[in-house]
Amino acid sequence: MAKIKCALIGSGNIGTDLIYKIQRSPVLEPVWMVGIDPQSEGLARARDMGLKVTAEGVDGLLPHVKADGIQIAFDATSAYVHAENSRKLNALGVMMIDLTPAAIGPLCVPPVNLREHADKCEMNVNMISCAGQATIPIVNAVSRVQSVEYAEIVASLSSRSVGPGTRANLDEFTFTTSNALVKVGGARRGKALCIINPADPPVIMRNTIYCLTDGEPDQKAIIDSVLAMIEQVQKYVPGYRLVNGPIFDGKKVSVFMEVAGLGDYLPRYAGNLDIMTAAACRTAEMFAEEILAGTITLKPTAPAAAITAQEAA
Amino acid sequence: MSTLNINPSLKGRKVIVHDMCLRDGMHAKREQISIEQMVKVAKAIDDAGVPLLQVTHGAGLGGNSLQHGFALATNEAYLSAVVPQLKQAKVSVLLIPGLGTMRELRSAHACGARSVHVATHCTEADTSPQHIACARELGMDTTGFLMMAHLNTPEGLAQQAKLMESYGAQTVYVTDSAGYMLPGDVKARVQALRDVLKPETEIGFHGHHNLGMGVANSIAAIEAGASRIDASVAGLGAGAGNTPLEVFVAVCERMGIDTGVDLFKLMDVAEDVIVPMMEHMVRVDRESLTLGFAGVYSTFLLHAKRCEKRFGVPARDILVELGRKKMIGGQEDMIEDTAMTLAKERGLLNDVARAA
Repeated sequence: MAKIKCALIGSGNIGTDLIYKIQRSPVLEPVWMVGIDPQSEGLARARDMGLKVTAEGVDGLLPHVKADGIQIAFDATSAYVHAENSRKLNALGVMMIDLTPAAIGPLCVPPVNLREHADKCEMNVNMISCAGQATIPIVNAVSRVQSVEYAEIVASLSSRSVGPGTRANLDEFTFTTSNALVKVGGARRGKALCIINPADPPVIMRNTIYCLTDGEPDQKAIIDSVLAMIEQVQKYVPGYRLVNGPIFDGKKVSVFMEVAGLGDYLPRYAGNLDIMTAAACRTAEMFAEEILAGTITLKPTAPAAAITAQEAA
Repeated sequence: MSTLNINPSLKGRKVIVHDMCLRDGMHAKREQISIEQMVKVAKAIDDAGVPLLQVTHGAGLGGNSLQHGFALATNEAYLSAVVPQLKQAKVSVLLIPGLGTMRELRSAHACGARSVHVATHCTEADTSPQHIACARELGMDTTGFLMMAHLNTPEGLAQQAKLMESYGAQTVYVTDSAGYMLPGDVKARVQALRDVLKPETEIGFHGHHNLGMGVANSIAAIEAGASRIDASVAGLGAGAGNTPLEVFVAVCERMGIDTGVDLFKLMDVAEDVIVPMMEHMVRVDRESLTLGFAGVYSTFLLHAKRCEKRFGVPARDILVELGRKKMIGGQEDMIEDTAMTLAKERGLLNDVARAA
C-alpha cells in the first residue's frame, strides 16, 4: 500500500521518537531528518534508521521535496524558527504539523477536532503542549455534556523528561495550555499549572483535570462521556489511563489521569513527550488517509500577501 | 556539648527577618484572611520594626486556583491595601514558576511589591531564569528560594544556588518546606552555599516548626553564614507553622544578634492579633509532626485532613504515602488522588463505571 512521505525537522528527542512511530504507521513513511548540527547524535541515529539527513536546516531539505515526494513535515524545533520553516514548506505544498509553541495554525487535539482540520485541509496545525494533549480531551468530554465555566489542569512531569526549552519558558507553556483549554477544551476560562518532579525512579506523567460546570453536574452523563473520550485517546496513546474519578464536589468535577509512554525512543515515564509525538503522528495519519483516498489534495500556499490597510483595521 | 551552645562570634551580627504570616499563614487560614485583617497585621508588624513582610495567597502569585484554593481577594487587592499603610517595612511576594508568571509579577510590582521569593523545588532551579531576570529588571530585591531543600545534598543544593545567582538572584534561600531538617543538615547546606556563592550574595533560611526545630535551625543557619531568616509571628504558617518570629527574635536578643525588631511589640502582635485569628492552634500535633518526620510538604496538612473526612482514610496514612511517593510542593492534587487510591484498596470507594 502506498504511504505518504514525511520529513522530520529537529533531530532531538521528539524528532527521534517520531521516527519510530511513523515507521510503524500503515500510511506514513519517514524519509528525511533535518538538523542543524552535522555532529548531532540525532542525525546519525536517523541515518542509521534509513532516513536521508541534512544538517543544513530546512533549506537543505527544500531542493529534495519534489523529487522525494514529501507531503507532510513535522516541526520539532522552536517557536522562533517555525514560522519560516512552515512558510517555505507550505509554499511547496507540504502540510506542516507544528510541535513547537509557535501556534500559527489552528490548535489540534485529535479526538476533539482533528476531523474538522482534515476536512478543511489545513496546511499547518499546532499540537499545543503535552499538558494540552493530555488534558483537553477530558475538558472537552465534560463541556460537550454541560457548559464549563472554568477548567484548571495540573500537569506533573518527571524532571528527566523536561528539556531546557520548556524549562526556560515555563510561562509560555502555561499561557499556551491555558488558552487551549478554552479554545479547544470548550471551557469559558482556563488555567494550567505545571509541576516538575525529580523523584528517582522517575514518576510517570500525571494530569489532574478540574472543571467547574454551570449548574449541578450531570454525573452519569459526564462519567460516560469521560470514559468514552479516554477510549478515543487510548487508540493512539495506549498508556492513557484513568487513575481516579470522575469525582464530584458541588459543581467541581475532578479527573485524575496517568500517561505512560510507549517507550519507543523515550522512556515510558515520559508520557508527556510520547503523547505529543503520538498525537502528531495520529494527526498526520488522518491527513494521509484522506490524501490516499483522494478526498483532499494538498496545494502550495501562496506566499502571504502584505496585510492590507483594510485587514489591519 | 550541644551544637546549640552560644557562639560568641554571632554577637553583633545583623540579620534581616522576613515575616511570613500573611503568605505562609494564608495556608493555615485556608486562604481566608480578609483585606482588613491583612492591613491590621501588616501595620502591627511594621510598627514592631520588621523590615520585610510577605503578602500573597499561600501559594504565591497565580495561587488562586482549585488546586490551591481561592483567597478572599486577589493578590493585587491585598497588596494595594497593605503597601500604602506601612511606615518602613517593604512588602515581598512569592512566585513559583509553573504556577505564577511574569505577568503577575509585573502586576504585583505595580501594586507596590518590592521584593520577591522566586521559588523552585530544590533540584529545578533552571525553571526560574526568566522570572529572576524579570524581577531584577523591575528593580526588586530578588531571592532564589530552593524548596524542600532536604531532598538535595549540600553540594547539589549549592549548584542549584549557583544557577539562581547566575540568573541574577541577590539572595538564595535554603527552604525547609517539610520542617524535616535538623541543625546539622541546615549548617551543611548553608555552608555549601557559602562556599560557592559570591561574597555579596546573601543566604537565607526558611524553616518550618514540624519537629520543633524552627528557631534552632535558624540559629544554625546564621552560624553557617545566613543573614536572612524567614519566620512568622506566632508561627502562623503551614504545617506546625513557620519559625515563630517573636521566639526567634528573643533568642537573637539573648545571643546578641541584631534584628532591629522590638521584641515586646512583636510578642503583643502574636498574642493579641495573630493567635485570636487562628482557626486551629498552629502547633506540633500528630499530623504536623508526621510532616516533619516523613519529610512532606507542610501545606499538605489541611488538604490531607479534609481527605480523611471525605474518604475515611487517616490523614497520617495519606501523608506517609505522599512522602513515600516523593510528591513535592504544588502537587496538592495528588493528596486527593492518593486518598482515593488508598480508599479503594481498603474497600471504602469503588471505581466509576459507565452507565451503559
